[in-house]
Amino acid sequence: MSFDNAYEAIMEGSDETHWAFGTGFTDALSGVDRAVPSDVDSGDLATYCLMLGDDALVLSQRLSEWCSRAPELEEDVALANIALDLLGQARMLLTRAGEIEGAGRDEDALAYLREEHEFRNVQLSEVDCGPGPGGDFATTIARLLVFSSWRLALSQRLVSSRDPVLAAVAAKAVKELAYQRDHAAQWTIRLGDGTEYSRERMIAGLDRVWPFTDELFTAHPVETRLAAVGVAVDPATLRSEVDGVLDTVLGAASLDRPTVGSLSTVVGRDGAGRGGRDGVHTEAFGYLIAEMQHIARSMPGATW
Amino acid sequence: MDEELQREFDRVVAAEQRIEPRDWMPEGYRRTLIRQIAQHAHSEIIGMQPEGNWITRAPSLRRKAILLAKVQDEAGHGLYLYAATETLGADREDLTQKLINGRQKYSSIFNYPTLSFADVGVIGWLVDGAAICNQVPLCRTSYGPYARAMIRVCKEESFHQRQGYELLMTMMRGTEAQRRQVQDAVDRWWWPSLMMFGPPDDASSNTEQSMAWRIKRHTNDELRQKFVDMSVPQADKLGVTLPDPELRWNAERGHHDFGTPDWDEFWRVVKGDGPCNAQRVAHRRKSHDDGAWVREAATAHAAKRAAKESAA
Ligand SMILES: [Fe+2]
Ligand SMILES: [Fe+2]
Repeated sequence: MSFDNAYEAIMEGSDETHWAFGTGFTDALSGVDRAVPSDVDSGDLATYCLMLGDDALVLSQRLSEWCSRAPELEEDVALANIALDLLGQARMLLTRAGEIEGAGRDEDALAYLREEHEFRNVQLSEVDCGPGPGGDFATTIARLLVFSSWRLALSQRLVSSRDPVLAAVAAKAVKELAYQRDHAAQWTIRLGDGTEYSRERMIAGLDRVWPFTDELFTAHPVETRLAAVGVAVDPATLRSEVDGVLDTVLGAASLDRPTVGSLSTVVGRDGAGRGGRDGVHTEAFGYLIAEMQHIARSMPGATW
Repeated sequence: MDEELQREFDRVVAAEQRIEPRDWMPEGYRRTLIRQIAQHAHSEIIGMQPEGNWITRAPSLRRKAILLAKVQDEAGHGLYLYAATETLGADREDLTQKLINGRQKYSSIFNYPTLSFADVGVIGWLVDGAAICNQVPLCRTSYGPYARAMIRVCKEESFHQRQGYELLMTMMRGTEAQRRQVQDAVDRWWWPSLMMFGPPDDASSNTEQSMAWRIKRHTNDELRQKFVDMSVPQADKLGVTLPDPELRWNAERGHHDFGTPDWDEFWRVVKGDGPCNAQRVAHRRKSHDDGAWVREAATAHAAKRAAKESAA
């Protein structure tokens, strides 16, 4: 490209190669067999894709709230990077969920036109950990540390899922999540070791997110059924591995594992506890999706 | 001795070669460059806000990804440019203090509000577009680190511009309400975009010396004309009208004639009375102040680690 002509280039046709990072996301999945294995319940698989897709979408939304508000410019770049990677994972998984469902819903219909109770993300991803009143940078890092350690362990196993699409999404995600976990671990150590004040903040941040960790390792019936046929991972089997990682990081930061217990869950008519995987969310979640969905819902028929 | 150094400096600049950080340079050149590059860096950082305002509400996941990547790029531009000022002996923290205390400026364009998602597209098309017009010549500017930073920045800005224009094209093919949003955004951003090139040449103080130093290569009015000439066919293709009744092709000049921006408004906004000046600076100040304990912790941790390593 000749720089004196950079401006004129806009009038050329809209060729995909002109974009910084492409407009689609078919590349990571190109050539992947999209047929659902014959012994797998497609309703379950669609729900599972929603669960993992919603986890990524909702945390991406939370992290993007930091944009232009990070403690330093380098961190603005890093948090946006993590939010973008998670958004990319969410788009592939929501698209896959819609495709399996076969009712014509694409990623946007799923992200923008579902109600609160139809989202299947774990509550950890939706909690306000700052920059709003619900937290601060340390809380955000605490959440990212737990979330990325868990999702990395999960993705590493999903790489050998019998569903080729899940396996391909996971293979891409593993690299991204390894960076995220490393980033969060480094900040946990810096803040834990840095000053008296930063140590207090880090401890408070871990205390804030810790009650939401149990849910990560509680299997939903959909996960149990899909794990039995080699498609999903039973999250309970990840616990000791993730605990080991967290203990290592906390140890390096000379921080103790929080002692706060998990929260009691909302109980349904059958007496069973309900959580994010069942569509039961925190009060803050309604505001999060109201903000996310507002324009898309208020301009019906619009094309973006 | 100084005279000899000055002669060598003048020779290098006149020969269109680069001045590098270790080379001798006149104090005025160094001061002017620090001010110009810092102002540019501040603009990148303040510029994250008006568009960042729409990330959490972007109406499709693809647009959300594009917008997030764009605003992230702007943070990156700020980083390259602050790094370029550091090669001249400036300090990022000091420059940031000057920004949040109002002692250094940033591009006034960001003191206008973004009122609909169409503004995201119009900022890409017109504001990134005007920035490209201003910045492309700086890829050949005399100070090496600045020129190299600008090459990278310009490449990315041109993606931003395409993305903005493509969003507008898509919206114009959409509903009537979307077309109205696009036209309204064009109406609000056109004149401020023309003002991005700075005051008219006869009212611009630093142009002559900066041209001699090759840290500015075209006058404000030349760049403004170029921008108008390039934007008119793009507006046609888009199907919007530009809010200037005097805008018409002048075959004799081979350029478009156009109206005079409201320079009183320009100076009011520059002096701090734009719709968002106070808000933008307060946002930057709050983020910077809220992050102070994090930066202190990182510094303290690094010092402890260095102490441990040297003890070991
Ligand atoms: Fe930029
Ligand atoms: Fe830009």
